[in-house]
Amino acid sequence: MYSALADAVRDAEAAGTTLAAVTLAMEARDQGRPEEEIRDALRRALAVMRRAVQQGMTGDLHSASGLVGGDAARLRSAARGPLAGTPFLDVLSRALAVQEVNAAMGVIVAAPTAGGAGVLPAVLTGLADARGLDDAAVVDALATAGLIGAVVAQRASLSGAEGGCQAETGAAAGMAAGAATEMLGGSPAQASHAVALAQQGTLGLVCDPLGGLVELPCVFRNATGAAIALAAVEMALAGITFAIPADEVIDVMGEIGRSMDVRYRETAGGGLAATPTGRRLARERLVHIKRSSP
Amino acid sequence: MVSILDIIGPVMVGPSSSHTAGACRLGLIARALVGGTPETALVELHGSFARTGEGHGTDKAITGGLLGFRPDDDRIRQALDIAEREGLRFTFSKTKLGEEGETHPNTARLTLIRQGREVVMQGASLGAGRIEVTAIDGYPVSIHGNYHAIVLVAEDIKGSIARIAGILAEDGVNIANLRLTRKQRGGDAFLVIEADERPADRALVDIRALSWVRWVHGIERVSA
Repeated sequence: MYSALADAVRDAEAAGTTLAAVTLAMEARDQGRPEEEIRDALRRALAVMRRAVQQGMTGDLHSASGLVGGDAARLRSAARGPLAGTPFLDVLSRALAVQEVNAAMGVIVAAPTAGGAGVLPAVLTGLADARGLDDAAVVDALATAGLIGAVVAQRASLSGAEGGCQAETGAAAGMAAGAATEMLGGSPAQASHAVALAQQGTLGLVCDPLGGLVELPCVFRNATGAAIALAAVEMALAGITFAIPADEVIDVMGEIGRSMDVRYRETAGGGLAATPTGRRLARERLVHIKRSSP
Repeated sequence: MVSILDIIGPVMVGPSSSHTAGACRLGLIARALVGGTPETALVELHGSFARTGEGHGTDKAITGGLLGFRPDDDRIRQALDIAEREGLRFTFSKTKLGEEGETHPNTARLTLIRQGREVVMQGASLGAGRIEVTAIDGYPVSIHGNYHAIVLVAEDIKGSIARIAGILAEDGVNIANLRLTRKQRGGDAFLVIEADERPADRALVDIRALSWVRWVHGIERVSA
């Protein structure tokens, strides 16, 4: 797969096609499989994503620690803020929903990881449903998202333990922003700017889950990650460009991750996990988990 | 080579690709080594597996793997109850399996008994659902679960590898990797063969029938 987004943009522009098209062609060549098989696999992933969104909306989910759950349904039914009635609010509640399903040991698609699994389905299915786009469009968008994630994996990292949360929900925001921009009619170059615009907004984000559990702040960080992705999509579609190319933003994300203190890389040794309340909750909840497991 | 299907995937039971999906894959490989659901299982968890395993369902995921559930099987959530119903007696304990910096923080050692045979397997969950089995019955190995594999213990005699390779070739199996380890010269040889295709049961029966083969087991691919 491409290791530079700039190469994919150049190929797509030269052929007068989309990032999704050049990605599917290269994946088919890399794996020695027909494109249709790859589309089928993405279609299956999309079905799991849609099921997780739905399941998360029921509000009847409980995580191991009991720290998270029910907020996707709460956000949707309360809806009294400035976003009420907008697709933006719908996307936020979908991001919470998928991540609540994940915390409750439900079935999700790790895209790019389990901890960042809420952003991509929320942004892509939320916007597709709002615009009445069919699943074929979302499958193409998943291919573009896969391209962006593959570039991040090769140039930086997709692991909170290696790069902090900027490599998980941050990368997810970049993937969702680029993919959604193309899905809504943006050019390959605009999609690339959307990646840069989203990723720059998450630079330096640490991975600091309470007790080391993929619950808090992970559930909420998927919602805020989705919000950053939407902001980037809106700016990119308006023709706003970001002066630093996406590949360089991704490179610097990797560099920041490597120089990040180990406390901020999924060890529960720093950040929110190390606040007085974070420590107390982790202690209490881990005891709760022990009592409730057979 | 990075595939977009590794990025948009795997489909898995949450909450953690390392502590849940990877843990399940370790259980699946251990199950294959005893040829089915074990009667008893002692699972020793090390490092981060020991510290945050319960909150991530690592115990349920490993037990699910031992029962033959794959990482996307939502029965994993009830795996501990199902194990009790199916007669799998399991014990989880927290231990230190090595020094920090040398032993991967997500390491587990599984001691399984099935039909009178005991197997001890140690392995680690490397992140993003990837795994490495590092020891089987004390023999150092490196199995990532991304190929179909055959593991066997045989007397260390001349021509043994040629004979086994011949059986696999007749079965139309292409060998991707082959590694032989011995604890000492003239001692038993431990052989790991990774293959592109899944070897037929008949090939395993033929290998098992060789007089100098002590035991052999097929391990199905558990990762992409």
